[in-house]
Amino acid sequence: MDLKDKLISSFMAFENNVDIENPVHNVRVEAMKNFEMKGFPSKKEEGWKYTSLNALQKTDFSIFPKQVNTLEYKDVKEYFIHEIDTYKLVFIDGVYSSNLSETTHDGVDICLMSSALNKPMYKQIIDVYFNKIASQDESLTTLNTAFSREGAYIYIPKNKMPKKPIEILHFATGNEASIMLQPRNLVIVEENAEVQIMERHQSLTANEVLTNSVTEIFAAKNAIVDYYKIQNDAAEASLIDNTYINQKDKSVVNVHTFSFGGKLTRNNLNFFQNGEYIDSTMKGVTILGEKQHVDHHTLVHHIEPNCESHQDYKGIYDENATGVFNGKIIVEKLAQKTNAFQQNNNILISDKATINTKPQLEIFADDVKCSHGCTIGQLDEEALFYLQSRGIPKKEANALLMYAFANNVLASVRIPELKARINKLIANKLGVNLGFNL
Amino acid sequence: MLKINNLHASVDGKEILKGINLEVKAGEVHAIMGPNGSGKSTLASVIAGKEEFEVTQGEVILEGENLEDSAPEERAHKGIFLSFQYPIEIPGVSVTNFMKTAINESRKARGLEDMPANVMLKLIREKAEMLEIDRKFLSRSLNEGFSGGEKKRNEIFQMAMLEPKLAILDETDSGLDIDALRIVASGVNKLKSKDNAVIVITHYQRLLDYIIPDFVHVIHDGKIVKSGGKELALELEEKGYDWIKNEAVI
Repeated sequence: MDLKDKLISSFMAFENNVDIENPVHNVRVEAMKNFEMKGFPSKKEEGWKYTSLNALQKTDFSIFPKQVNTLEYKDVKEYFIHEIDTYKLVFIDGVYSSNLSETTHDGVDICLMSSALNKPMYKQIIDVYFNKIASQDESLTTLNTAFSREGAYIYIPKNKMPKKPIEILHFATGNEASIMLQPRNLVIVEENAEVQIMERHQSLTANEVLTNSVTEIFAAKNAIVDYYKIQNDAAEASLIDNTYINQKDKSVVNVHTFSFGGKLTRNNLNFFQNGEYIDSTMKGVTILGEKQHVDHHTLVHHIEPNCESHQDYKGIYDENATGVFNGKIIVEKLAQKTNAFQQNNNILISDKATINTKPQLEIFADDVKCSHGCTIGQLDEEALFYLQSRGIPKKEANALLMYAFANNVLASVRIPELKARINKLIANKLGVNLGFNL
Repeated sequence: MLKINNLHASVDGKEILKGINLEVKAGEVHAIMGPNGSGKSTLASVIAGKEEFEVTQGEVILEGENLEDSAPEERAHKGIFLSFQYPIEIPGVSVTNFMKTAINESRKARGLEDMPANVMLKLIREKAEMLEIDRKFLSRSLNEGFSGGEKKRNEIFQMAMLEPKLAILDETDSGLDIDALRIVASGVNKLKSKDNAVIVITHYQRLLDYIIPDFVHVIHDGKIVKSGGKELALELEEKGYDWIKNEAVI
């Protein structure tokens, strides 16, 4: 039985366990129908030309964990930004862990998707927002919608800001030989409200994990959202991250994606600008080796006038690693005075590493500024000589230059402890002690 | 200290240095002057070991040791320092952290332990003070957004930290206003001792008002065509380079 068939049959069992009176039931059934019809995307589709899910579909993933697993904080502390106090939403093999989490309802709601979907007090909000910006026909998103049950639910009312940043952590214990996880997050940030979120998926063993995640983010007028994705998973972990962001007037949303690990990672990051004077920023650092694969697909849909978008993705690829950057920008006829910038710079260290980079601009307005640039290269010889002339050996000099190359993406990280952590991850990933604490 | 014998060097098959002979002894300051494109900067890069240049003939000897097979970092460990005409920007690495890396790599090469953090900090503070460098400046990313003057001052700061035996200052005066020039020059003068040597490469005489050379050499078309004392620099300032070129042709 391949994965699609298994998912279809599992869906029936899943439905038996959830409340079918709930209106979300209909959403799930619709979504499942769509997935049944479309199945997994294949390499024949333009958007999946460089990323194959074939091998994953042949793996016999458990769709639900057979038992409830627990973890001790001390064993997983390193995966938290433990230097600072945060709200925490922690999931172990897809199941909420109350002892590792710290939720709140104090002025803001930082809690569980399962509560939001089932409790009547959230019904009004769920009716307005749930599955409203997520694609209704992209097959992996609809697959997630069909199985949507658990994840993070974050609601920040007008003029509020949580007292501390939020961490969303998904652990896979490896107690199953292989497991598929489908977290579903909903983030609503009302007018003048602000939130900072860090998300991480972490497999704790070498057993195989496939995560198909969907996050919907709604940023109302003047809202500010910082979302940080840390993708540094174990060698047998694959992640498909589908993020949909709806922005209203003068809102600012920044998404940083740090891709340092995992077997196969696909990021579908979609921004919809439904208002004026909106700012959307996407930044990424990718450092890969071995046979790792990361595919960044971004979409910015400029719908109304006077908005901006900024994309800056840096990639360093070694050994047999492969990368994809596909940045699509649509500027509607109405969206005059749009400023859209896109930059993708890559360094290939080994002859066998590959990057496929492609800007995709569809511009229907005539008074806009759109720029895009991509580079694929090696390190600057003159810079290398400069460092060597100061006594820094070639290998360390190379690492320092790569570090510098990746580093300028970090300037916009607004949580210093997170920035320090990312700096450390980058230095480790480059395999060199630079002689000082980053 | 440094002996250069009949040095020929090419880049992409084009010969730039065509037989340079030069001897620099400990305690001396040598100025190398010459028109644009004469080979001044190439000579500096070749001494520092830039791989882009191919030495086709001759040799560079530092304290009796032929540097032929030494990588740039090895030359640095042996005591050569090159102040760049165009220092490179390294975002995300502060001046302080860069110096820590450079110093500890040199120490590692000499079989020494890392310099203790408090000793390092004291040294950094001392040298920064000498060059009138603000402490805030030290936590900025190396050369990123620095003005021309700040970049050059930072080069001399690095020289002060690394304490080389032989310092080569390549067009250190370009891009400096008179105040910055004075600070940079006084820094170099303070670092001068009977045990080290300085080669000042410059197009103009004005830096030599502050760093007084013992010898002045004029390069033209890849060769030293005239050598003399400090008065030669003044003569060049007055007459330009044309009379040297003409003399060379004859």
